[in-house]
Amino acid sequence: MFKEQDFDIIVIGAGHAGCEAALAASRMGFETCLFTINLDTTAQLSCNPAIGGLAKGHLVREIDALGGEMAKITDRSGIQFRMLNLSKGPAVWSLRAQADRSLYRAFMKQVLEEQPRLHIKQAMVERIEAKDGRVHGIVTSLGVLYGARAVIVTTGTFLKGLMHIGMESFPAGRAGEFPSITLSDSLRDLGFQLGRLKTGTPPRIDAKSIDFDLLAPQYGDDPPVPFSYSTGRITNPQLPCYITYTNQKTHDIIRGSLDRSPLYGGRISGVGPRYCPSIEDKVVRFAEKDRHQIFLEPEGLQTSEYYANGISTSLPYDVQIALVRSIEGLEHAELMRPAYAIEYDYVPPTQIRHSLEAKAIAGLYFAGQINGTSGYEEAGAQGLMAGINAALHLRGKEPLILRRDEAYIGVLIDDLVTKGTNEPYRMFTSRAEYRLLLRHDNADFRLMDKGHDIGLLSGEAFEAFCLRRSRLERERTRLANERIKPGDALNKRLAELGTTPMPEDCVLEKLLKRPQVGYDLIMEFAPAPEEIPGDVQSLVEIQVKYDGYIKRQVELADRLARYEEKRIPDGFDFSGLPGLSREVVQKLREVQPRTIGQAGRIPGVTPAAVSILLIAAEKQWRQSKTS
Amino acid sequence: MKHLPDDTIVAISTPPGEGGIGIVRLSGRDAVSIAGRLFDSPRGVRLHSAKSHSIHHGFVIDGNSHQRIDEVLVSVMRAPRTYTREDVVEINCHGGSVPLMRTVNLALAAGARLAEPGEFTRRAFLNGRIDLSQAEAVMDLIRAKTDHAERLALQQLDGRLSVRIHALRDAVLDLCAHVEAYIDFPEDDLPDLVQTELAMSCMRIVRELNALSSRYHEGRLYREGAAAAIVGKPNVGKSSLLNALLDSDRAIVTDMPGTTRDVIEEHLNIRGIPLRIMDTAGIRESHDLAEQEGVRRSLRAIEGADIALAVLDGSRQPDTADRELMERLSGRKLLVVINKADAGIPHFMLGNAGISGSSVQPGSPFQVLLADGSAAQAIAVSAKIGTNIEELKDCIKSCLLPEENRAAGSSRDDLLITNIRHKHALDTAAGALDRAHASIRGAEAQEITALSLREALDALGEIVGIVTTDDILDHIFSQFCIGK
Repeated sequence: MFKEQDFDIIVIGAGHAGCEAALAASRMGFETCLFTINLDTTAQLSCNPAIGGLAKGHLVREIDALGGEMAKITDRSGIQFRMLNLSKGPAVWSLRAQADRSLYRAFMKQVLEEQPRLHIKQAMVERIEAKDGRVHGIVTSLGVLYGARAVIVTTGTFLKGLMHIGMESFPAGRAGEFPSITLSDSLRDLGFQLGRLKTGTPPRIDAKSIDFDLLAPQYGDDPPVPFSYSTGRITNPQLPCYITYTNQKTHDIIRGSLDRSPLYGGRISGVGPRYCPSIEDKVVRFAEKDRHQIFLEPEGLQTSEYYANGISTSLPYDVQIALVRSIEGLEHAELMRPAYAIEYDYVPPTQIRHSLEAKAIAGLYFAGQINGTSGYEEAGAQGLMAGINAALHLRGKEPLILRRDEAYIGVLIDDLVTKGTNEPYRMFTSRAEYRLLLRHDNADFRLMDKGHDIGLLSGEAFEAFCLRRSRLERERTRLANERIKPGDALNKRLAELGTTPMPEDCVLEKLLKRPQVGYDLIMEFAPAPEEIPGDVQSLVEIQVKYDGYIKRQVELADRLARYEEKRIPDGFDFSGLPGLSREVVQKLREVQPRTIGQAGRIPGVTPAAVSILLIAAEKQWRQSKTS
Repeated sequence: MKHLPDDTIVAISTPPGEGGIGIVRLSGRDAVSIAGRLFDSPRGVRLHSAKSHSIHHGFVIDGNSHQRIDEVLVSVMRAPRTYTREDVVEINCHGGSVPLMRTVNLALAAGARLAEPGEFTRRAFLNGRIDLSQAEAVMDLIRAKTDHAERLALQQLDGRLSVRIHALRDAVLDLCAHVEAYIDFPEDDLPDLVQTELAMSCMRIVRELNALSSRYHEGRLYREGAAAAIVGKPNVGKSSLLNALLDSDRAIVTDMPGTTRDVIEEHLNIRGIPLRIMDTAGIRESHDLAEQEGVRRSLRAIEGADIALAVLDGSRQPDTADRELMERLSGRKLLVVINKADAGIPHFMLGNAGISGSSVQPGSPFQVLLADGSAAQAIAVSAKIGTNIEELKDCIKSCLLPEENRAAGSSRDDLLITNIRHKHALDTAAGALDRAHASIRGAEAQEITALSLREALDALGEIVGIVTTDDILDHIFSQFCIGK
């Protein structure tokens, strides 16, 4: 066998997980090689051309705060930015952007190519080489061997990918791309269990055939707020999306064609996401709804393709045309790409650790859709963590594991490795028990120190953050100490805002605590001696107004953290414990929790079982200390 | 993991039974401050400034009603030289099971949580107080106690009660799913979230929770029973009354005042309620040391009783001693028993005893007004010949279970809450829903409303099974067509 070269770290797949993993690994000083079946679809936004949204926007900010790339590329390729949920509380504000698909690809590819120590190769990886529980490298379909000390698998939907359009089905990784067949078998040979999931995507429609005059446009925010802490200003022209709806006629067409649906005909065995159902699913399961919303999203500045968000389907092509043309504004629509469903293999994630390293094979990491997730942001976050942890592993350091009260990334990974998933896992803010702490506005405060410590976050970004932090601290000190006197002008403004006049002088913080009072009032009556940028103002205001709630969650998290510090020794024998039911033992053996806290989060593990585990772990720990 | 590793736990640490003394033990970071909130010292001792390993005499008081629950000795032991190596407070109660339970309840209301089976020992082990050789024993203890507690909890969770609490939990889950759906899916085409309906649903559930929770008192009475003290001047026939109720001859009965020098305890069943009844020494000024001690114990028995049967001698007019007694009993739940009514009581002067009422009704219970303005039931009986004893029993029951208690929430069925954990969970849920309601009415951000709803859901989950995020998401996906 021909061996071309050895690398420190190999990344298989150049989607959102793979790009972040490769960049992190090489930026942390390791010779890294990124393999992809097709270089032209690097960082492809294969489903909707949008990044962010609820909880996902938080993930993008967190990626940025740790030194990842997704936020910056989104800012450079974004053609519409919207801050969602402004009325529902600062913790659930969320940024969402429409991106130009080809710009996104091009900018990401450029960053990859300019990255020192990062090698990029178009090749199909067929096999992972491992011996004695440790990974050694990979072999491509041309029979070329590459050695590596760590391998990160980020294959997305490509493992035994099977596309469905109506009763037609054919092997594919994505529309128009080859799947990876043998890599799946290689993983099975290495001892991994594989499962099967399904996802789908709607048709793309030619703008020339859309009657935009009939549709309601939805514009982005002006000025747009960027994702990255490093982006100054969004420079791309901004485009609207358009909203339309299905109707009874559409639903009749769908109902009349269910016998030709692979989903209802039993041809698709993979489990699909319930939060992103196909249009046939919506019509069947919510028969009482007389219409379903569709967002027509531009795919870019240079293309006339529009993404019809809301009508993902695997119905036959002729039905797709008929159902699209039954919709207002789309009567003359021409489909440029058909909708399809795709089934693919995944590795149920209870087989990996919090570091994303496989339990069975040292140096082998999994990230992205292969772990059963869905979404670019979830993939990017895992890719980044896999890249970081592979690099830390090679440095001989402890992995970076984010806690559930530190980051959505922590929630994401802990959920995956603790509970596994049997449908494509998407992040929601309701999955985070410390939602008030994991805000969109404070990702830098939560994570930039860590990104800096591991040497991933750029010095420039970290310095800017330190400046922001010291400004915030100064301003908070000022608000806590500077007093304001009630005066006619102030009381008049307070009355206008619908709140009571001030009875006596008080510190500024107390005034700002009133729900009706915004930071602008402070600026008006007691301006700070230095300029306070908008993001710091907003952070100050949130911290002051939510102080009680935030303190309560911080205290709770700190106290629960004691359970996270109680480590369960590696290879701990759960079956030997008295008083645990067989079911609990089985779950514990499957998940192999690393801490008592994690054990308590495994579904079915009772508080009494946790008590017994606590004592057993403590016992073993004390024994190991004395011996 | 629901419970914090160092939160303050409370439990009765003596075996259940009717022995006079029992210990309520608190352990955890707020043990001293929580105990301090229930403790009233006549000498003005403040527990938070008390020295470690010191003992203090005083009373457990209900901060709301200012009622004294029991006379107690409180030991304050600060970490680390304690059983659990945390701050520990032990409250020695004297009045039997009822004051013990009340003390626990007050500790719960003040922020403690009920200890899990074996939890004190578990903490002792984890904090290094118990050595390795005892670890197995601790695990066995947890297992045994958990098995027992689970069996017990299952028995206690009546099938219909479980159905009801499940229904309430599902109602909260529904609210939670609504609010969460609006947070997580702002661009989906969801039906309008009507704030007023949300607020009304919260209040409807709170009312149901409160109604159920109020049944705890009744459930507790049937399960754990109540304590009654028979009090009165010497020789008004207290022991005879006890015997009449018991239909036996346990107490020594003579005509010599002061025969009963100690508190005599008997157990009987009154209309399904296990009643521990204490015959006390006659309360009067005395120079006899033994009798003084008896009087002291009588007063303590009254402190711990759910109801005092104040006995007056119907064959004589009440005097100053009777009036003093009634004054002493002011603020207690009282049933006035006019004994020796066998000779008929045409001109019994209620006013002499400091109470008022139209006139004594020989055949049936009647209402009187006490000096402090509160109303009480009264009944004329003859312990000796057994007149009106059955009516007295009915009277005792209705005093222990006032109509308003029985009426609340019980119009449809007879569900009882007997487990203190269940009651605590219901109260916590109701409190959280109250806050959710307030946040909706105050137009606070939805994420704040969601926070309180989750808390309510978690509390009810403690009774009928924990609700996870996945349950909420399941509910959202089954209720709403999500999928922009």
